[in-house]
Amino acid sequence: MALVEIKNLHKSFGSNHVLRGIDFTVEQGEVVCVIGPSGSGKSTLLRCVNLLEQPQEGQVFVRGEDITDPDCHLDAARQQIGMVFQQFNLFPHLSALANCTVAQTTVLKRKPAEADRIARANLERVGLTEKVTAFPAQLSGGQQQRVAIARALSMDPALMLFDEPTSALDPELVGEVLTVMRKLALDGMTMLVVTHEMAFAREVADRVVFMDGGVIVEQGPPAEVIGNPSHERTRTFLRRVLDPTHVEPAS
Amino acid sequence: MSAPTNTDTVERKGLSPRQRAQRSRWIQYAVLVLLVLLAAFTADWGQIVSVFFEPEFIRSAFQDGLLNALVKTIEYTAGAFVIGLVGGTVLALMRLSSVGPYRWIATAYIEFFRGLPAIVVFIAFSLLPLAFEGLTIPWDPYGVVWLALGIVASAYMAEVIRAGIQAVPKGQVEAARSLGMPAGLATRKIVLPQAFRIVLPPLTNDLILLVKDSSLVFIIGVSADGYELTGFGRDLANTYSNLTPLVTAGFCYLIITLPLGVLVRRLEAKAARAR
Repeated sequence: MALVEIKNLHKSFGSNHVLRGIDFTVEQGEVVCVIGPSGSGKSTLLRCVNLLEQPQEGQVFVRGEDITDPDCHLDAARQQIGMVFQQFNLFPHLSALANCTVAQTTVLKRKPAEADRIARANLERVGLTEKVTAFPAQLSGGQQQRVAIARALSMDPALMLFDEPTSALDPELVGEVLTVMRKLALDGMTMLVVTHEMAFAREVADRVVFMDGGVIVEQGPPAEVIGNPSHERTRTFLRRVLDPTHVEPAS
Repeated sequence: MSAPTNTDTVERKGLSPRQRAQRSRWIQYAVLVLLVLLAAFTADWGQIVSVFFEPEFIRSAFQDGLLNALVKTIEYTAGAFVIGLVGGTVLALMRLSSVGPYRWIATAYIEFFRGLPAIVVFIAFSLLPLAFEGLTIPWDPYGVVWLALGIVASAYMAEVIRAGIQAVPKGQVEAARSLGMPAGLATRKIVLPQAFRIVLPPLTNDLILLVKDSSLVFIIGVSADGYELTGFGRDLANTYSNLTPLVTAGFCYLIITLPLGVLVRRLEAKAARAR
């Protein structure tokens, strides 16, 4: 059974039809990168997987449970889905450690000592042993994003969603976050990553999905989708991303 | 070597902007000095001191329980602030509720008590025992004072707290919900702590207003040992036919409000730095 299964997903914001029928699965242990031009619906698709956006039509199954069912225990389902945001969204009034423990103690009802131990282990995993007592405002963007990853990991999720995790970072800080994500992928975490980092997608992803205009245009192994795309739209997009200063011969 | 020839520069007449600003400043100083001198020579200073600042009456104000009145003012204000804070938070959450009637009730309450002069509420409370025979509000006189002040304060504070809740970025709730927190838990653990940090300066301003509103207590008609500063000063000023006790009581308000004002500015500066 697929970990995530999406069937005929439609989402509109007012008259803006953002997702136009998405069918898509993520298998256990798979790393899937979603690429595509801005406005193509990548982030919206990701936010539908834990229902931060309510789709108008279609179904999202996580471990076989239909989370679009109004009677679904959504909070319980979300515990298994870690999410990392573009803007980090750390809780600014809590220390790095407390950011990682607050949901453990309140949602999972773990004992404070146990939550503390798990939080520290995850902060160590993202290389922030020294920063446990620091508050978000005292951390660099890259460090904040790594705390955000540790916070999500502390809930022992079955799946991690990354919504453009490096897009808000200064270029020299991108590497530390991608390194942590690469390590996670090697550890066998199931990951769904919306990203503009083509090198990361090419190296780490098991599968790359190219979206444009609210539909999946093509998907497959990175060597195919990025290395040898079969659709013109994919080629045009990749040309712009990989060679932004390129001048079209026709123009 | 010949002198430079300024054939290109324009000859401008009159004062430069700097000279004009200087002249304007001198005129302002001159007017001020004139007014001060006028006041100094025309006023009857002996009379003014004996009416407003008579040392003998200041001393007797202290003997007659000025400090007791100061403590009462603080007690009335503090209790009302707690009621206002709790009530205001509940009202703010009601205003943001997804249940329509809660929103309507909260909006009606806030608009009603914010638009009403506080003195009307106090007059109403003074008449309550007449209207409902046998009605007693516990902890006399604290109960009735806290209730009357708190009812008004909660309406003001609700709007401040609502603004604070809405100032917490949407991403905070999304992050909390994505960790599996139910809406109520996310509000308590994530949104409200941040909202209160945001509203601390305006809330302190409301506290200053509340200190002053506590002067309306005399309308309810508490007994003499329940007098706060204004009631106390007014009573004594009547007795002596001299304004000194009232002025003394007035200065006591400043003892409370000036430090609070400093606190507000500090909090605002701190909030500005954190941003």
